[in-house]
Amino acid sequence: MSESSIGRVVEEVAREFGRERWRLMDIARGVQQRLGCVNSQAMDAIASWLNISRVEVEGFVTFYSFLSKEPKGRIVIRLCDDVIDQMAGYEEVRRGFEAALGISLGQTTPDGAFTLERTACIGMCDQGPAALVNDVVVTNLSSDKARNIVRSLRENPRPERLVQRFGSGNNAHPLVRSMVENNIRKAGPIVFSEQARGEAIRKAVAIRPAEVIRAIKTARLRGRGGAGFPAGMKWEFARAAEGSPKYVICNADEGEPGTFKDRVLLTEMPDRVFAGLTIAGYAIGASEGIVYLRAEYAYLRRYLEHILDRRRADGLLGQKICGKAGFNFDIRIQMGAGAYICGEETALINSCEGRRGEPRTRPPFPAQRGYLDCPTVVNNVETLACVTRIMEAGPATFCEHGTPQSSGTKLLSVSGDCSLPGVYEVPMGITLRDVLEMCGADEAAAVQVGGPSREMVGPAQYGRTIDYDDLATGGAVLVFGPDRSIPKIVSAFMDFFVHESCGECTPCRVGTRLIKEQIDRILAGRGEPKDIDELLQLGETIKQTSRCGLGQASPNPVLMTIKGFRHVYEELVSPDPHGYQRSFDLTESVREAERIAGRRSIHHREVRT
Amino acid sequence: MSEIVTFTIDGRRISAEAGQTILAAAQACGIYIPRLCHKDGLTPVGGCRVCTVRVNGRPASACTQPVAAGIVVDNDTEELRSWRRQIVEMLFVEGNHFCMFCEKSGNCELQALAYRFGITAPRYPYLWPKRDVDASHPDIILDRNRCIMCGRCERTSRDLDGKSVFGFVERGIHKTLAVNADARLADTDLDLTDQAVNACPVGAILKKRTAYRTPVGQRQFDREPIGTSVETRAKLTIDGGEPR
Repeated sequence: MSESSIGRVVEEVAREFGRERWRLMDIARGVQQRLGCVNSQAMDAIASWLNISRVEVEGFVTFYSFLSKEPKGRIVIRLCDDVIDQMAGYEEVRRGFEAALGISLGQTTPDGAFTLERTACIGMCDQGPAALVNDVVVTNLSSDKARNIVRSLRENPRPERLVQRFGSGNNAHPLVRSMVENNIRKAGPIVFSEQARGEAIRKAVAIRPAEVIRAIKTARLRGRGGAGFPAGMKWEFARAAEGSPKYVICNADEGEPGTFKDRVLLTEMPDRVFAGLTIAGYAIGASEGIVYLRAEYAYLRRYLEHILDRRRADGLLGQKICGKAGFNFDIRIQMGAGAYICGEETALINSCEGRRGEPRTRPPFPAQRGYLDCPTVVNNVETLACVTRIMEAGPATFCEHGTPQSSGTKLLSVSGDCSLPGVYEVPMGITLRDVLEMCGADEAAAVQVGGPSREMVGPAQYGRTIDYDDLATGGAVLVFGPDRSIPKIVSAFMDFFVHESCGECTPCRVGTRLIKEQIDRILAGRGEPKDIDELLQLGETIKQTSRCGLGQASPNPVLMTIKGFRHVYEELVSPDPHGYQRSFDLTESVREAERIAGRRSIHHREVRT
Repeated sequence: MSEIVTFTIDGRRISAEAGQTILAAAQACGIYIPRLCHKDGLTPVGGCRVCTVRVNGRPASACTQPVAAGIVVDNDTEELRSWRRQIVEMLFVEGNHFCMFCEKSGNCELQALAYRFGITAPRYPYLWPKRDVDASHPDIILDRNRCIMCGRCERTSRDLDGKSVFGFVERGIHKTLAVNADARLADTDLDLTDQAVNACPVGAILKKRTAYRTPVGQRQFDREPIGTSVETRAKLTIDGGEPR
């Protein structure tokens, strides 16, 4: 494409978003969609249209996995490589795609038709191995299916044609048309209870905002993303904060490997989520809400836009909502572009403003200065669904479920070695044993509760409870059977953190990589007994000194498994029989010299004897 | 005049203006908190984490954390010294640092901190990244092998020079210092007189033809170890005592 036509495309897209600097995400996504990449000329043009520096545009584009400077194939196949998909057969699927396409992972076919990539968890662990074909989700993959997919796409390059059978519920909606299954195994009394559209907002606007906040506080609702901050308190801070306008943001960027409950909630209960966001807006005095939707869930976007339109038509969004004079509120969807770190609320805010998804310095907190430096509340999808239910049924009903410190229910995303993977709405305080029984995990040897960021527990601890006092979780429950290697799981988790670190602070940027290398050395049989304590020390330093929650949680796979499963590591490490330093690979180190010399080093003989 | 608050650092009570950072308040009282990504006059970002202290027991970066009345700050404890040593060692293995060949030796803050912390060799294996050197500019050389991602050049150019010559691309361990052009530093409007040229704590941004004007052995940190200029300042703790 010529430079002038690239310029025209950028101009059109930039105009569509009002040439606003803070719409850089939409502009970059739009350009990527039209040109297949955001190349050098496009970056120059974007910089000039938005009156920002070119290096800022480049920094933005290269930060996000779904944006690219280099041309990509017309169809991009992104294979999900999280640990659960690996257990389900990722490697075979990868080889199937590679063979059918004649390229390796990370490459583009010479005709520019296909790119094959790996990607972090796409929220389909209960139906993996899974992949994204452009925006289309394909699930339950096998090597044969991979070949068939490539054959179909060669015949007809429209990925939506790959979906022959629709999944359950709204996955079959004409605006979704996806093969994704909901797998709702247990619908509880809060989040998945019967919806009464509009009721919650009507009840909310009938009382004063301060009373709405009081109701949320009475219900003792805490953040469902995992951190568990009291939602009412967050709202109160933002309501009291000086500055206007104010914003409420729904964090629909669940990226913790093994988490997919928000996907199901958005598919089946979007009205309940949007109502919660609207109520949050009323409570803090905001007139604009944003749903930050992860790029992996782009297939839900048209449907969610449709639901928003319907709410506008019904007077549940827009001016004078439910007849309440002075309460004007609307919601827009902001797409992400593939970055786990954007689930962190200040990184999410930066991303919404068209910046690199790097967490911000706190203070100031978002409630004081958040989106566009205005007071902002960021709530998780599930938290907002709970808000709606609290307004519908009252705080007392909400508190009938769960424990005093952890009221209500919790959505769990269960996957791995169990017979009934899927979404469970369980009362807070449930024991892990009960969860494992429900999902048919009879042989669970270890369970990762809360995803890689949290804790791995063994059978002796299955009596522990899922709540904020014990196993706090965003909802991921990854079940591992007796044949799984814990260090291999840890290696996969560390791979994830290395890939998803924003790189802003030293301990997370460098430390995660060092942990990953040391684990891999141990797995390769080159570990020494002292490695275990060294890993603990390095992990502890990363945990204590990292700048944000992601960094602080990144060494947890190592710290938690050494704590609970130290014997597994001890079996893998041993002192070298010759007194050598095992971490040093002599064979590897002399390989280059051997190549140059054209002969094998004598050390091969000496080490063996 | 802004409000004055008092707080405790390493057992000494000191006073500071409300809103000041812990790092600035400590420095004003003759207490040096090691740092790399922060430089006086720049907006702090808390990126390198070398200035990590404990505030009421919780770790925080002293360059970003504002003082508050009555807080108890730990700065010079064995635990914090250990964390800082490890962070500096991480920076050494992340890049390609060869002090003995580096023009910045003696003026390098990373090297100076290593000496201060008694680091002789990093405990971690080197990562040996492949990084570019950009010598295209007539007056300035950019050696990414030595870049520690502190972002001082980025902020200085943007906020003090008003130019935005530098920025970061990619993320995580692949994060790389980039310039405001398709590729070359020569294609930016960086000028020898820009403050950004002097912002680099290490030898990643250097002025050409000046490398050995001051002989090794007579350079800034050869004459005066890092932190000394702060620590020899008058002690302004309330009880007049030496920090422990």
